[in-house]
Amino acid sequence: MALMTKASDSGMHTEQLAGRTQQRFFRPEEEARFTYPHAFEVDFARRAEIDAADLEPTQINLKLRELMGQGHGTIVLKNPGAKHGIAVGILNRLNLEIQGSLGYFGCGLIDGPNIRITGRVGWSCAENMMAGTVVIEKNAGSTFGAAMRGGDLVCKGDVGARVGIDMKGGTILIGGRAGAFCGFMMQRGRMVILGDAGKNLGDSMYDGTIYVGGSIAGLGVDAVPGEITDVEADWLERKLKLYGLAAPNGVRKLQKIVAGRQLWNYDNLEPAEKKLIL
Amino acid sequence: MAKVTSLQKYARAKKAKPAARGNGGNGARPGAARVAGAKSGAKDIDHFIKTAGLDSQREKEIGQHIGYRYDVNLVPDYRRLTPFLRKYMDTMQWRDLNWLEDVHLGYEEGRAAVFDRNVNGWVTVPEGVKLPDNQQDRDMLARELLIKFQMSPRHPLVDLHKAYRKF
Repeated sequence: MALMTKASDSGMHTEQLAGRTQQRFFRPEEEARFTYPHAFEVDFARRAEIDAADLEPTQINLKLRELMGQGHGTIVLKNPGAKHGIAVGILNRLNLEIQGSLGYFGCGLIDGPNIRITGRVGWSCAENMMAGTVVIEKNAGSTFGAAMRGGDLVCKGDVGARVGIDMKGGTILIGGRAGAFCGFMMQRGRMVILGDAGKNLGDSMYDGTIYVGGSIAGLGVDAVPGEITDVEADWLERKLKLYGLAAPNGVRKLQKIVAGRQLWNYDNLEPAEKKLIL
Repeated sequence: MAKVTSLQKYARAKKAKPAARGNGGNGARPGAARVAGAKSGAKDIDHFIKTAGLDSQREKEIGQHIGYRYDVNLVPDYRRLTPFLRKYMDTMQWRDLNWLEDVHLGYEEGRAAVFDRNVNGWVTVPEGVKLPDNQQDRDMLARELLIKFQMSPRHPLVDLHKAYRKF
């Protein structure tokens, strides 16, 4: 307590360090809603198709928006032609099937939809994804699920390097192999690689969990092995089954990688203030 | 059915004795401090309600808890799913909790709270709500409250959306 007072008395504690609080008046017994107030009201039974062969990416995204605005809850996108930045910024529930392959930054910034892609995807698929599911039937490029916050991102084939870089939540499932630096600076969330993982797996990870079914070419700084708990084993079994995947030798045989927490630096006092204390 | 613990007595005790601190002393290593914080839920689930959570010497020095006040890596136990959350999953056509798997009940300023990523702030659990005696049930409660808050027309995002939306 005396040491705490030493810091406070120096006049440095004018800022609330524990977090930010704002007062909102909210009653939990309010009428329950399950979608955002600004989301489109869609009906999954209403189906529409888009042929994207002659459309620019912006036109495709506007067309998707128009159809959702009309209440279509199921949309099939044909001939995407590996165009970039398709199906981005979808902030409501939707079933979207993309028949073909996407270029880079596909399905980014989404919050809610269920997307299935029958082909391949380029770099940074589902970057900054907030919620929903994205399933890729073939392979994916680098930085798959970069800065992802939530939801399930599944690639049934192989993926490139830096999967889940700066990941802050959600689950990434990879049916095949993954490149180097997967989980680099990962902060939370879960990544399951059923095949082999490249060099520097989990480098500089702060938190989160990585599970690997194959061999690991090398662990990054502060990535260390962990032990799978019963709850985790049940969760893994359930999650993989949802997407038609299975661990090569059972979920109990997956290698679990976690942060060693030697890089933790949550002490947010300014250097000058630290000097006063130390 | 999970047992519940009443928060009222802790809230009263805190008001009467604001300087309540942890008994500390597990070293200044951040990892150790964090483990103590997360695992303290196992030995006393109300650790962060009853105390300020300043357990290690370093935490006492800086007057700040280091790390999360809950285990961010805890995956949900689907046997404890509530009817409300099942309905939400059906509405979204998800077969599991999806993004809610990363939502846990945490503690902010001595009160149970859930972090709302859309406003980058903590939403405190109303005082009348009784908390279950285990983290898994508490997490389910946090998920329900967060959905109710985020989908409410009074959520701050509604005002922001009106002011800044591009389409």
